[in-house]
Amino acid sequence: MRLNPLGRFDVIVALRFMREGFMQTTLIVLGVALGGGVIIFMSALLSGLQTNIIHRTLNYQAPIRIFAPDQVARPLRQAGPAAVASQVQPRAQQRRSIDQWQRIRADALRIDGVVDATPVVAGPGFAQRGDATRAVSIIGIDPASYFNVIALDERIVAGTGDVGPTDIVIGTELAKDIGTAVGDKLVLALANGAMTTLSVRGIFDFGSKGINESSVYIALRSAQSMLDLPGGAASIDVRVRDPFAAETIAQRIRGSADVHVDSWISANAQFFSAMSAQILANTLIRVFVGITVALGIASVLVVSVVQKSKEIGILRAMGTARGQVLRVFLIQGGVMGLIGALIGSLLACALATLLGILAAVVPARRAAQLDPAVAIRG
Amino acid sequence: MAEPAGLHATTLRLTGLRKSYGAGTAVATEVLHGIDLELGRGEFAALIGPSGSGKTTLLNLIGLLDRPDAGSVAIAGDDTQWLDQGALTELRGRAIGFIFQYHYLLPVFTALENVMMPVLAARGRLDRAMRATASGLLERVGLAAWSDHQASQLSGGQQQRVAIARALAMNPVLVLADEPSGNLDTGNADAVFDLMRDVNENVGTTFLIVTHDPRLAQRCDRIIELVDGRIVAARANADVLPGSPAAGPASSP
Repeated sequence: MRLNPLGRFDVIVALRFMREGFMQTTLIVLGVALGGGVIIFMSALLSGLQTNIIHRTLNYQAPIRIFAPDQVARPLRQAGPAAVASQVQPRAQQRRSIDQWQRIRADALRIDGVVDATPVVAGPGFAQRGDATRAVSIIGIDPASYFNVIALDERIVAGTGDVGPTDIVIGTELAKDIGTAVGDKLVLALANGAMTTLSVRGIFDFGSKGINESSVYIALRSAQSMLDLPGGAASIDVRVRDPFAAETIAQRIRGSADVHVDSWISANAQFFSAMSAQILANTLIRVFVGITVALGIASVLVVSVVQKSKEIGILRAMGTARGQVLRVFLIQGGVMGLIGALIGSLLACALATLLGILAAVVPARRAAQLDPAVAIRG
Repeated sequence: MAEPAGLHATTLRLTGLRKSYGAGTAVATEVLHGIDLELGRGEFAALIGPSGSGKTTLLNLIGLLDRPDAGSVAIAGDDTQWLDQGALTELRGRAIGFIFQYHYLLPVFTALENVMMPVLAARGRLDRAMRATASGLLERVGLAAWSDHQASQLSGGQQQRVAIARALAMNPVLVLADEPSGNLDTGNADAVFDLMRDVNENVGTTFLIVTHDPRLAQRCDRIIELVDGRIVAARANADVLPGSPAAGPASSP
């Protein structure tokens, strides 16, 4: 009884005042509930959307990629007193390994917020089987660390993604195009004529036709020898805990070594600025709804104070301290906010559920109308 | 505050009390022009005077609801001149009970809760003892059966009796009543008056009652008459009706 907050003077009086003005209390609680519901629902909707988009974007793309610095053409002639008209052609970029990539990887791993970093060797090639030939980009990976960066292992629909020296993992589209299944052999060729026969160890589906068609994964060592980068890494792919911190971390890496660093934020600048604008709009709406709710509570309490001035006078005459009267009204505001927020959360849940059900109507009807004979045959 | 308030022989001492409204403006009017007054422990006094004579202003000053421009109010020996708001509120709650003309109960609370309210406000949280005390007080004013009724459901006379019980809840040394029977019919007015008299005699609480009713004023031990902000007469009441309970113990402080 002693610790029961309902036995407190200010709580007792506040609750009784609220019960007396039941209509006002109910209306404002409903107002708070609606406002809170809108805030929660919008936040859930937009953050869900955002997570989804980021997830899709970063599905097969590392948040940060480290490359060897670009090669630049250096004119031999030094700048002297005489003006020289020159046209410097940009150099063709050779495939090169990052200098001392092991050290750079180790440095990157030490940065706070970095989950893992994995060396990658990539280059263009052709996948051949029988008469079918398809241009592919060959990606040489170290499965153990690569799967921490890109969740290839979770995207495997057949076989496994754990590539050995004579294995290859291909996408569903490519598998269909050249007619291969897990265990089949295919030939991987390079433009310079080098070719090697590999067995399909797994088939992945990233949900993107382009990737499923053109990316193939082989073991890092096989790629190093095929693409003539023994012991090298053409890039280091880095996963970070918070995708939005990618650019900051990229800058730190850039600052600590002579490398070229891309973050998904700079690579998808337009998408990212659209998303930032959306986040800002979302925040603004939430702030204004919040202010509206607060003004609603305030207006009800202002009216209540006027209505209750006689009662407040009696309470003060009886020896109630100013602080106690203050708390009586603070508690009313707090309780209205709390109850309104609780109802608002339920409302948001109900709304989200309803939307979910509505969104599922079309696929559900298709599922229900599926002809069993056709489905089994197909 | 050297000794408990209730033991002091002088419950109330006013010295040179002045109060004006609209101070600093062209229409400043002084309502009270230097009031000196002393009420002993257990006195039962009436404050009379025509409308506008300053009765309510005086009552507000005595009740520590307002501060005088000059002079001092001492309650049971405590000079209130230098007390801050918090201390005034605390002293008011502890030493003074109020009874108003329009009973002014809190309508959303039951009779019992109204009586408990001053103690609840003072202690900050509910306990069993204060419920028992409040029940006892309601029984004393004859409303034990009504304790769980909402204040708004009681008749005027009943509400005023609850208000008396509430005024006594903190066991104050002084009860200030502003036209306690002004809003009641004769029967109820007498009952309320008798009740205050009864408490005065049995508990020894000092009462100061503002009234317009000469009949009731005559039944008090002492009549203080206020005209135009000055006390024109403060006399022991020689005319206390024979046989009235007031006749006996009035002179013994």
